[in-house]
Amino acid sequence: MAKIKGAITVNAERCKGCNLCVVACPSDVLALQPQKVNQKGYNYAYMANPDNCIGCASCGIVCPDGCIEVYKVKL
Amino acid sequence: MDVNEIIKPENLVYRKPTLLNDNTMHYCPGCSHGVVHKLVAEIIEEMGMMENTIAVSPVGCAVFAYNYVDVDWIQAAHGRAPAVATAAKRLNPHKLVFTYQGDGDLAAIGTAETVHACNRGENITIIFINNGIYGMTGGQMAPTTLEGMVTVTCPYGRKPELNGYPLHIGELLAKLKGTCYVTRQSVHTAAAIRKCKKAIMQGFENSMNKKGTSVIEIVSTCNTGWKMSPDKANVWMTENMFAEYPMGDLKNE
Ligand SMILES: Cc1ncc(C[n+]2csc(CCOP(=O)(O)OP(=O)(O)O)c2C)c(N)n1
Ligand code: SF4
Ligand code: SF4
Ligand code: SF4
Ligand SMILES: [Mg+2]
Repeated sequence: MAKIKGAITVNAERCKGCNLCVVACPSDVLALQPQKVNQKGYNYAYMANPDNCIGCASCGIVCPDGCIEVYKVKL
Repeated sequence: MDVNEIIKPENLVYRKPTLLNDNTMHYCPGCSHGVVHKLVAEIIEEMGMMENTIAVSPVGCAVFAYNYVDVDWIQAAHGRAPAVATAAKRLNPHKLVFTYQGDGDLAAIGTAETVHACNRGENITIIFINNGIYGMTGGQMAPTTLEGMVTVTCPYGRKPELNGYPLHIGELLAKLKGTCYVTRQSVHTAAAIRKCKKAIMQGFENSMNKKGTSVIEIVSTCNTGWKMSPDKANVWMTENMFAEYPMGDLKNE
């Protein structure tokens, strides 16, 4: 059976740390940086559990600021 | 598999439309306005109308929409967007013309312009962001504010005997002969956003096919005005706003 793997990138400087992508992810991939902030002072989103990503794009679609790019491969 | 082997141009499945430019949007973190801007840009790109669109921005938080979606814009005086769009469309019938308005702009100061543009059946689309509050000016009560909802001008909650009832402008506009499509959508989940995209697209197509006025009401959050985190605001919206303003088509002819 073909397996699907995904990965995302976050434009950390554009991110406002709103947490909506974190809530939208069905695979618990995303989190807000617990310590690091961007130049505007926001705790930006990142892939905390990259192995879980299925490339469904939910995070990208809900991001109000268009920060997320989603990539997907069939293995 | 290493993420760097996945993150390659040939594997890209989603990114923001380029028509939504790289300017940082002034909206608060998690504001629904950003999601709708992104959708509008995506649809205009997919329709190939980048050079053939005239959009009209309101007074309200979306006043600077012209800084973000790279089409031609007119910024209208408060509430006057449907009147301005009427002129733009009548003078440029081959252009895609739409307004983008908040509930204060559309359902308070601009009620007359909204009702009459819809009653005339102007070939425009009205994108109506109903967040139940005046976001821009600091969270005052709007005609759309829910009964019992707290705002800075009704700190004990909206009382119908004093403030009237939440205004169902979508239902009112659906009664007018000039409207062909009135629908209520939201943008709080990926599934809702996909549905909303189809609705906006249908509105735009209706206007190009001279079918009359389409109104796309998008029940939205103003997490700052509501004094909640963005994710809590989405939950509060589904529990409270959706009960007053149910999702779905009010008219589709
Ligand atoms: C003639 C006039 N009256 C009042 C105002 C103040 N004002 C600015 S925005 C606004 C309401 C905006 O609310 P809404 O349309 O719901 O937009 P939101 O910010 O919630 O998206 C008001 C009353 C103004 N700018 N001009
Ligand atoms: S693409 Fe889907 S699985 Fe991957 S991070 Fe985004 S929401 Fe989660
Ligand atoms: S949805 Fe966008 S802005 Fe919000 S935390 Fe995620 S990446 Fe950042
Ligand atoms: S005040 Fe409300 S509507 Fe305005 S940008 Fe902030 S969250 Fe959005
Ligand atoms: Mg509003």
